[in-house]
Amino acid sequence: MDVLLTQSFLTSLIFGAVTAGIPLLLAGLGEQISEKAGVLNIGIEGMMLFGAYCGFVAAYYTGSFWLGYLFGGLGGMVVAALVALLCIRLGLNQIVIGIALTIGFEGLTALLHYVQFSRTYPRLSPVPTLAIPGLSDIPVLGQALFNHNALVYLAVLLTFFLAWLFRNSFIGLNLESAGNKPAALDAAGVSVLATRSAAVLATGFLAGIGGAYMANVGAGLFVPFMTNGAGFIGIVLAMLARGRPVWVLLGAALFGISLAMTTALQVAGINIPTDVVQMLPFAMVMLVLVIFARHSVLPPALGLPYVRGER
Amino acid sequence: MSFVSDTRADSAVPQPPSSKLVKSTLAAVLRIFLPVLLALVVGGLILFAMGKNPLDYYGYVLNRGLFSWGGFQATLTRMVPLLLMAAGLIVAFRAGIWNLGGDGQFLLAAVITAALAPALIQVMPRSLMIICCIVVSVAVSALWALLPALLKARYGINEIITSLMMSFLGISFANVLVKLVFRDPTTTVPQTPDLPVADRLPRLFDTTVHAGILIALVVIVLVHIMMTRTSFGLKLQIVGANPRAAVHAGLNVAWLTIATFALSAGLIGLAGSIEILGVWGTVRADWNPAYGLVVVPLVFLARFHGIGTIGFTLFFAILMIGGESASRRIGVPQHYVLVLVALLLLFLALVEYLDQLWRKRVKD
Repeated sequence: MDVLLTQSFLTSLIFGAVTAGIPLLLAGLGEQISEKAGVLNIGIEGMMLFGAYCGFVAAYYTGSFWLGYLFGGLGGMVVAALVALLCIRLGLNQIVIGIALTIGFEGLTALLHYVQFSRTYPRLSPVPTLAIPGLSDIPVLGQALFNHNALVYLAVLLTFFLAWLFRNSFIGLNLESAGNKPAALDAAGVSVLATRSAAVLATGFLAGIGGAYMANVGAGLFVPFMTNGAGFIGIVLAMLARGRPVWVLLGAALFGISLAMTTALQVAGINIPTDVVQMLPFAMVMLVLVIFARHSVLPPALGLPYVRGER
Repeated sequence: MSFVSDTRADSAVPQPPSSKLVKSTLAAVLRIFLPVLLALVVGGLILFAMGKNPLDYYGYVLNRGLFSWGGFQATLTRMVPLLLMAAGLIVAFRAGIWNLGGDGQFLLAAVITAALAPALIQVMPRSLMIICCIVVSVAVSALWALLPALLKARYGINEIITSLMMSFLGISFANVLVKLVFRDPTTTVPQTPDLPVADRLPRLFDTTVHAGILIALVVIVLVHIMMTRTSFGLKLQIVGANPRAAVHAGLNVAWLTIATFALSAGLIGLAGSIEILGVWGTVRADWNPAYGLVVVPLVFLARFHGIGTIGFTLFFAILMIGGESASRRIGVPQHYVLVLVALLLLFLALVEYLDQLWRKRVKD
């Protein structure tokens, strides 16, 4: 048992938890923005996957990780634009369209990957890391927490920025009312459709970056269907966080650890089938839902299209 | 609807009933076939962009899935799990419950059946073994859906997410069962002990189609009758249409939610159990046909109508069987079918929207 407490094990566990948790954090924050505005974004899995694909291809051809993130975010926004057009403009069923987009981009990215790379899976070079001076010298924690790709620090900063934005700015207020009482927002002279569209596009951008990070940094390559439910975990995070970004961060850390267990246990030389470990994050989700079920809160207008003048 | 618009509708020029019937039938046919056609056309454009001839592909798919005798039998065989899963989804969707955990429920039932069948066949006749396997597997699937059902009934937690989570959990758990618990020690690739072909579900006449197709057809008709002609089905429909109204009507919504989930998951479990008893006889590690989400658009296309689902299931089974052999011959990956399914859903929703817009305009 003492092998579990060695330094290298702890470092690799926490390092892996951060790497696995960042896509969940970005997806969860993105979903939170959508849900605040009253859009249930089931298609977020498709956004992440298309972001992962676009991000990987961009990074593969340009060699730049930052361009990878940018194109990943843009890829996610393409899917989000479809949500905005079909669900918000036309008021189509958000669940049906969400399922369609998830299935569709699963298939499409697999096709695109096949057309481009046939059955090979090219790898990217290792990601550049930014060691934070001073902090990264702390034993065990330093290398695990403060020696990551710069995007990791940006994502964490974004959490606090969003917390400030939701609470202290008119943008946060607009989002909140688009989800709680869209008619009130309309009466105040702000377009509900524009607010919701902007929220969904922001979701797509964040989820797409999350996907790109997952492909380029987490795995170093693109595999079809690679998000494997991460988008849905993001939805759970947003549900349980009750509109507070910091809770998404905590949740992402929790699920990141359970995802990182697989590789960490292998480092420690403990061999249990990966399937057992793969159950961990989902079992964790259900456990958390059972314990905190009564505390999860969703906006009243969630999932309902807004039609002016309709009751 | 206000009183004024009612009188206006009455004063409209009355049409002869026959032309009205023709028109409404035409509209219904259009509503169903337009999305299919649009999906095939846009899908064809994607194939074209990949440098393949879409007509070649569709022709090949039709040939392999429908017009060749072996392919047609494979298509009928593939219809069995699709029909049973569709039956499960119809029950849930009509009650307004989104059970998207089909894959987990299907696989768990399949693994339980695959584990039980070879053991039970040693001690009891085939017919009894089949019944035992089905009953136990269906119960396990229904139980697997209990947690999402309880969370939905008690706390109103969105069942889409919980059933999906349970599905991911179920898929991994089924693998754990195959690799660690029910593994056949004599094989190199982890799989459950094989059920001899002679002990599987009987084949129909001289074909390769097993008796499960009869079970599936009977089940989907029964489900349709239950949902449209019995008080239980009507209660579920009320819950689906307006849960708050259902509470005021004195219905026990929590209990009906749990019953719906159990029934829906049970039917999906039946699909898994019969697929093993009829076709495979064993479950290999990491086997997951992933029918769960792709059945969703079929059920929507049929407007949750049990009998109508049969036609769409046939259509989709042809696509799958033809697509599988096209992926080997023409070099279009199997994933193309996923894109087609998504396009179907998309155009279905769009055509529905245009239809409503058009009706509104006619009414005004």
